[in-house]
Amino acid sequence: MFRTVAELVEQANKHKKKISEIMIEQEIDITGRSREEILARMEQNLSVMEKAVERGLGGVQSHSGLTGGDAVLVQKYLEKGQFLAGDIILDAVSKAMATNEVNAAMGTICATPTAGSAGVVPGTLFALKNKLNPTREQMLAYLFTAGAFGFVVANNASISGAAGGCQAEVGSAAGMAAAAIVEMRDGTPNQCAEAMAITLKNMLGLVCDPVAGLVEVPCVKRNAMGAANAIVAADMALAGITSRIPCDEVIGAMYKIGQSMPTALKETGQGGLAATPTGRRLEEKIFGRPIK
Amino acid sequence: MKKNYTLFLVITSLVGGCEVKYKSVFDIIGPIMIGPSSSHTAGASRIGRVARSLFGREPKWAKISFYGSFAQTYRGHGTDVAIVGGLLDFDTFDKRMIDSINIARQKGIALQFIIEDAIPVHPNTARVRIGDENGELELVGISIGGGKIEVIELDGFSLRLSGNHPAILVFHHDKFGTIASVSNVLAKYLINIGHMEVSRKEVGKQALMTIEVDQTIDPSILKELEKLDNISKVTKIVE
Repeated sequence: MFRTVAELVEQANKHKKKISEIMIEQEIDITGRSREEILARMEQNLSVMEKAVERGLGGVQSHSGLTGGDAVLVQKYLEKGQFLAGDIILDAVSKAMATNEVNAAMGTICATPTAGSAGVVPGTLFALKNKLNPTREQMLAYLFTAGAFGFVVANNASISGAAGGCQAEVGSAAGMAAAAIVEMRDGTPNQCAEAMAITLKNMLGLVCDPVAGLVEVPCVKRNAMGAANAIVAADMALAGITSRIPCDEVIGAMYKIGQSMPTALKETGQGGLAATPTGRRLEEKIFGRPIK
Repeated sequence: MKKNYTLFLVITSLVGGCEVKYKSVFDIIGPIMIGPSSSHTAGASRIGRVARSLFGREPKWAKISFYGSFAQTYRGHGTDVAIVGGLLDFDTFDKRMIDSINIARQKGIALQFIIEDAIPVHPNTARVRIGDENGELELVGISIGGGKIEVIELDGFSLRLSGNHPAILVFHHDKFGTIASVSNVLAKYLINIGHMEVSRKEVGKQALMTIEVDQTIDPSILKELEKLDNISKVTKIVE
């Protein structure tokens, strides 16, 4: 079993295999299930992600009224063709928000690695799908690669906002997506790790401060920017840029930052944006009175 | 008096401190769930569902205490809705989840939510007490992220399960030879013990054996274990 990104990359290089393949083989080894069963289960997850993106692009509103409809706005803006960022980035931003808007509306999603950060991996994947026309098998490989990096983060740091802040959720998701993008673009396992490191470095310290304790503000837009971050970092890694701090050490730093982050900024709705005058006003409007 | 409980829990995770916490790629990419939070909604529903499965039937009442982040944000995350959904045996992706509190009330289940000030070891902690006229069960669960949970206490016994393997829970009288007799039965059926621990409240009183095994456990083996001396209840947990 690989426990670190270094071990994961080493295994891939040694056997001349992709990261996704190492992940699939480990899953076969640990669960005793066949490759077909494992691929079929991932296909179910992929299918749920696809439906959530479609539903979000159709326009959805949360019960609180705080979020919804932003994914559609970006799509309409894209159609006009006057955008500044690249079309893949904006499509990914839109599809990431689509997923989280569905999540906020208590719709069905697939946690990647969590529900609050469920937009980044599918958002980037379905934006790349439009551009690169990957096979279904390549799309599944994307999820296994993302899963492999998430696996290391979850076991060495955290993927919980309550334990590690938003850096542990959207930060992890963005790093996972960046690595998966690199593999889909035929980058090397080392470049996957660099992309993950570059992404996560730029998410360090991100707090979890949901307004009214709802997974809506700022979660939906953080997924949007997580997706953008992942794509840019993937391009940087594919350009040959490396992280001076190795990926495993970035993950270690993320863990320690999470530990030293005050509780008010770890999914308690007590600090950050949740504690702003507008945040408190929204909370009161939704629940009738402040939680604390 | 011996009671017979054979329980099959459909959960993907019950984790202890040993080994790695996340073992499968589907702990990371998954679960498929109703939003909005994997830890505060999906994880919470799994805590409720473990309690329900261990109890073996629908409870008539439930007292649910929230600690830490659960206490602060349960309304926004629907943690109360999710945990009740779990008590109703709903899976993380069950669309009835959203309406679980109404469904429970229609069934006549008395619900009480308690917001605790105490600072828990883990920020996402819930204590679930459920019961009916025939018995009660108390369980403490923590939701560690991405929908994964750990049960850290059951009926006053500390518990450490890796949950990545099938497990047998044996409630027994704390007396010499009991552990040996249980392991003898497992050996007879070629079942290998991967991890085992014993927790007791007092010397010579009730104790709990938690045994993780590598093979699936046939219900007949549980029946055989229950017939042994000093055993009061045997429960099985599978992934």
